[in-house]
Amino acid sequence: MSNLELVFPEIFLSLSIMFLLILGVFKKDSSKLIQNISSIILLVTAVIIVNETLGIKQTFLFNGSIIIDYLSSFMKIVTLLAAFLVLVISSNYLKTFKIFKIEYPILILSSVLGMLVMISSNDLIVFYMGLELQSLALYVLATFNRDQLKSSEAGLKYFVLSALSSGLLLYGCSLIYGFTGSTNFNLIANQLDNDQYALTFGIVFILVGLAFKISAVPFHMWAPDVYEGSPTSVTLFFTMVPKVAALTVFIRFLYVPFLNLIDQWQMIIIFLSIASMLFGAVAAIGQTNLKRLIAYSSISHIGYALAGLATGSNAGIQSSVIYITIYILMNLGLFSCLLMMKRNNEYFESIEDLSGLSKNHPLLSLSLLIILFSLAGIPPLAGFFAKFYIFKSVLEQSMFFLAIVGLLSTVVAAFYYLRIIKIMYFDKEKDKYDTDHSLWLKLSLTASTLLILIYFLFPSQLIEVVSRINII
Amino acid sequence: MNFPILSSLILLPSIGALFLFFTKSTEEKNITVKYVALFTSLVNFFLSIYLWILFDHTTSKFQFVEDRIWIEGLINYKVGIDGISILFIILTTFITPLCIISVNNSIKNRLREFLIAVLIMESFMIGVFCSLDLVVFYLFFEAGLIPMFLIIGIWGGTRRVYSAFKFFLFTLLGSVLMLVAIISIYWITGTTDVTKLYELGIDAKYQNLLWLAFFSSFAVKTPMWPVHTWLPDAHVEAPTAGSVLLAAILLKMAGYGFIRFSLGLFPVASDIFTPLIYALSVIAIIFTSFIALMQEDMKKLIAYSSVAHMGFVTLGIFTIQQQGIEGSIIQMISHGLVSAALFLCVGVVYDRMHSRLINTYGGIVSIIPKYSVLFMIFTLAALGLPGTSGFVGEFLILMGAFKDNFLVAVLASLGVIIGAAYMLWLYKRVIFGKLVNLELKEMTDLNKSELFILTCLAIPTLFFGFYPDPLINTIEVSINDLIKVYNISLVNN
Repeated sequence: MSNLELVFPEIFLSLSIMFLLILGVFKKDSSKLIQNISSIILLVTAVIIVNETLGIKQTFLFNGSIIIDYLSSFMKIVTLLAAFLVLVISSNYLKTFKIFKIEYPILILSSVLGMLVMISSNDLIVFYMGLELQSLALYVLATFNRDQLKSSEAGLKYFVLSALSSGLLLYGCSLIYGFTGSTNFNLIANQLDNDQYALTFGIVFILVGLAFKISAVPFHMWAPDVYEGSPTSVTLFFTMVPKVAALTVFIRFLYVPFLNLIDQWQMIIIFLSIASMLFGAVAAIGQTNLKRLIAYSSISHIGYALAGLATGSNAGIQSSVIYITIYILMNLGLFSCLLMMKRNNEYFESIEDLSGLSKNHPLLSLSLLIILFSLAGIPPLAGFFAKFYIFKSVLEQSMFFLAIVGLLSTVVAAFYYLRIIKIMYFDKEKDKYDTDHSLWLKLSLTASTLLILIYFLFPSQLIEVVSRINII
Repeated sequence: MNFPILSSLILLPSIGALFLFFTKSTEEKNITVKYVALFTSLVNFFLSIYLWILFDHTTSKFQFVEDRIWIEGLINYKVGIDGISILFIILTTFITPLCIISVNNSIKNRLREFLIAVLIMESFMIGVFCSLDLVVFYLFFEAGLIPMFLIIGIWGGTRRVYSAFKFFLFTLLGSVLMLVAIISIYWITGTTDVTKLYELGIDAKYQNLLWLAFFSSFAVKTPMWPVHTWLPDAHVEAPTAGSVLLAAILLKMAGYGFIRFSLGLFPVASDIFTPLIYALSVIAIIFTSFIALMQEDMKKLIAYSSVAHMGFVTLGIFTIQQQGIEGSIIQMISHGLVSAALFLCVGVVYDRMHSRLINTYGGIVSIIPKYSVLFMIFTLAALGLPGTSGFVGEFLILMGAFKDNFLVAVLASLGVIIGAAYMLWLYKRVIFGKLVNLELKEMTDLNKSELFILTCLAIPTLFFGFYPDPLINTIEVSINDLIKVYNISLVNN
């Protein structure tokens, strides 16, 4: 118990959640206050992590069930910052729908707490606990606009399917426990013997559950519906933050206990990756709702992140981490634009509503243009580098097929990004949107656009940070 | 040479674009905006001329090299030029100001954005021609898609959306395979630095696949038959200045890529695939010439003639003869000048009559005589009349081809004849004959800026036609060395 300060971020976060709950109950009309406090708490937690754990190479806590290393520290910081940004840019949206309630920030904090536990988990039970904490908060968030049919439907759908996948995941855990006699990742690794076939079942079940959480094809069906139905600010949260945690667990689960079984799981990951990239790209073409389109595009992006994981190398893991970081940056900008498409207290989310945006709002459309080209992976924007690192690590392992399929699907994906650009720039303009956005929204859009645009000037920094991640 | 002259060339237009970005765009201020853009591009032009003066053409080594660490331990930002690339840089900096002058008549709305796109495009194009690292090259090569897509899509004609998409997706599809090849080269040799790769050489067993991957990108961009179909669409729909940039410079990226990368990095594969290139080039020359003959739309006709001319270029490059490659480069420069001028000529009459169809015109020689004279010069240059730069290029290419493969050369020569046919027929139908349309009488002759642009293009066309020595002197040593290295590595493998 001497290293208790290493889990101080999690302890701090859970105490804050309880405090906020009590505050919310006893103080009337405190939603704005709680919103503000919550965002500060997220930032403070991030600062604590930077101070306490960022320098630590690898430490285990609680009989090895919690791990603190570069990967966990980095991913936690990304999670917290992303959650912070979600919180600060969504207040206007929530106010418009009259769902600016105290539960919203508290639920986000709880799910973030779950994610932090997931990211640090080195044990099946701890991991499952974090996952469920996070998922439960997310179900409620999805239905947050409960007066709207679509939102309730989204929440229910998400709950049913997610519960099913949790069940599969738990079954996988029990199989693995049964065959190795342990739930600790390191102990499992020691217990592996040649009796691998039964274990493979366990791995597959857990992979299915995880693939569901990051919405990789063929376990993606919930994503478009849930993304479309949930309030936009929650969709923003869904597309960014849970993926970071799930990807971290993916990395740890595959590379710590089962690295020796790489022959067993590599094909599965490659399949998930190829299917996600291709399906995400093809299915997005026909979409007319921006949130649905973003859902498919995020499926496709997860495919690229998985391609890095399929390599079985440190470089691959690092490229996945870089990819997910840049992806979050791009998504943040994309949703900032979406949250700006408001006219007379009504939000627009159809692609056609972007028509002729460039005439009325030249700066907004320019930002969106940059973000979309970056999502399509066109140099010299950040999205290109993200893909470049992925394909570099993939080709280093001579996985030519994966690389070529991935690159070809970027061409398909380019089509639907171009379609949005076409609507913005080539079509006739519609009415103007409101311009009274909150400062945070403007700030997050400007910052993410600029970072995407000038990433090529200092590409080494992110690599340098990420290159410390060393799992194998 | 401590002053980073190449980086300045690349950066200057972008800085100009950034400056434009922060100016207010109103109708009255359009003139100011234009002058800013023009000033930037002219400074760039004079800088590149200065570069040519400093350039030492007695060596084939890369000059003005800048080598900076970009991504630690992975990629260096490395630029430099030799005799092959310098002419393309000057072509780029020469054509861009002319484009900017020409927007007067053709671009009516969002002028500021257009000029920003053109200037950023210039940055990328110069970057392509002087990058000495494969990743940096790819970066510039691909990045050019963004401004061009917008130029076609925003300021284009009626079918602009279709054309812009076709242009973008065709090129992207070709290029992603090149990206695979570039990363594979890194994986095989551990570097993407072109000069190091020249020294190291790439193992012969990998070369075929890598060559094909690069080829897929360059073939689309050149464009070679049968992936040329995006070009006529893009040209027809693009605004005049866009067509000029596309024809004059964008197409040259691929020709340059063939010389620099396909020949330089994969000599063994180039040798194997030469028949393929010959076949495609000859088909392009003859087939697209016939297509050009039947076009109703002037811009389409010139677009198809571009495909045919680029067929000569690829043919010349893969003869691996001194004359062939020199001819190809001169042909590219000449085509850059002439096709730019022809598109501008079409733009001139289009601005007045709003029709690109040939049968709208006829008998306008006495109405707009100055135009007719200049159009005549460029028509003749396009068909390769002696005394124009077009002749020098085609003649050298055919000379190289005769040395290498008699049959191919004969067939290509046939293309010259058809080329003469469609160009002269075009000229005859547009300029001479009866006055078919009374509205044509209202046409005004070239205004000052148009006259200036076309004269600027006519002077080098004629000058290099009579006296190509400055061009040949610049490229000679580099090409000589390239061929030497090529032959040595063929013998070694």
